[in-house]
Amino acid sequence: MAETAKLLGTKGSPYSHRAEVALRLKEANFEFLHEDLAHKSDMLLRYNPIHKKIPVLVHGEKSIVESLIVVEYVDEAFDGYAILPSDPYERAMARFWARYIDEKVIPAFWMSCWTDGEMQKGFIAQAKETLTTLEGQLKGKKFFGGDSIGFVDLAAGMVAFWFGILQEVAGINLLNEEDYPVLCRWADDYCSIEPVKESLLDRKLLVAHFASKKEKIFATKAPVYD
Amino acid sequence: MAEDELKLLGMWASPFAIRVRMMLEEKGLSYEYIEQDLLNKSELLLKHNPIHKKVPVLIHGNRDICESLVILQYIDEKWSKTGPPILPIDPYDRAIARFWAMYIDDKLLPSFIGFMKATTEEAKAEKIADTRTALELLEGAFKKCSAGKDFFGGDSIGYLDVTLGSQLGWIETAERISGAKLLDEAKVPLLVDWAKRFLTLNCAKKTLPTVEQLEKYARELQVTRWKVATAN
Repeated sequence: MAETAKLLGTKGSPYSHRAEVALRLKEANFEFLHEDLAHKSDMLLRYNPIHKKIPVLVHGEKSIVESLIVVEYVDEAFDGYAILPSDPYERAMARFWARYIDEKVIPAFWMSCWTDGEMQKGFIAQAKETLTTLEGQLKGKKFFGGDSIGFVDLAAGMVAFWFGILQEVAGINLLNEEDYPVLCRWADDYCSIEPVKESLLDRKLLVAHFASKKEKIFATKAPVYD
Repeated sequence: MAEDELKLLGMWASPFAIRVRMMLEEKGLSYEYIEQDLLNKSELLLKHNPIHKKVPVLIHGNRDICESLVILQYIDEKWSKTGPPILPIDPYDRAIARFWAMYIDDKLLPSFIGFMKATTEEAKAEKIADTRTALELLEGAFKKCSAGKDFFGGDSIGYLDVTLGSQLGWIETAERISGAKLLDEAKVPLLVDWAKRFLTLNCAKKTLPTVEQLEKYARELQVTRWKVATAN
């Protein structure tokens, strides 16, 4: 479809990032529509009435939501760069690890940042385990996708860029070169890829954003991505 | 093990395992089913799903595939020429199917399971309301996906049919325990008809436990695991 796609998202959101990088990898024609999550647009409410969240990809009359579903759709609907591998087993592994990132890696790290006391210790232990497991998946490869970035790399974008920022604001030191040399090297390589670089906000801005929302996040544990 | 041998580690009451069995039956694929005791996890389970230690696990030759929805897509792609497709062909229709499968597992299932775990009347009422809301949305999804045909997948069952179909016994169990109608003809007539049709299929009859078995199991869980009821 030659029509310009519209991506409703925010630069502060790692989920929006996944969708944006996917579109950039495909060199797709798209327009980034920045959402103010405190005042959700009519467009967002119309195209994602159930969850009212970003990212939302509007492609012609169709709307696609949920970041990993958007990435798979972009992979299938647009020609060019292959985001998922072609082999069914490799695809299954990519989907498995992307889910692992969403269900285990991100929640453990997030809660490590925004809790204290015994609860925090528990989350930190979990976060360390999940980071070790994730790092193990790189297995001598440059990226999770092999020589070039793929589905799991996009899913792990939050690890590559946001984790360092969150831990800085929270005052903890989980993801560091000493403990996770392979994962940290991957993070640098991932963030250097052109389409990724183009989609990332200036680090200082993101640090300032999370620092300003720190108390609110600590109280609610809910993310504030815009 | 031979390169193309299939084994499935499952548990009789798990909708996640049941849906994979349904699809293997539908595709006419032969496999060895190995029932797992989840309270006493076997070496086999821990070896083939070391990360989550859960069912289902599809063992295909020397490869392990975990997570039910990942397994369904693997079966679809590996045996794309055998039987009808599991996911639709069109990328947008596939995205819709993936969205609703996620919704069924993330919103619907936790609602009716949550009801069975609830301790206060208020919490129970909330979970029942959540279940009904989810089913009403799925009624709309059925209308859109089926486009007037018998199943979410059209003429034959697909991804969403087994994802939701594998939970039908549990939904009825929740209805019996709560006394509340969830799959209500007045509210979700299309889903009620779809459920009746689905339950007549071979793949459903072969894999779904009876509601009597599930109710007994659920009530046991309420006492022993969830601790929301006492044994009488």
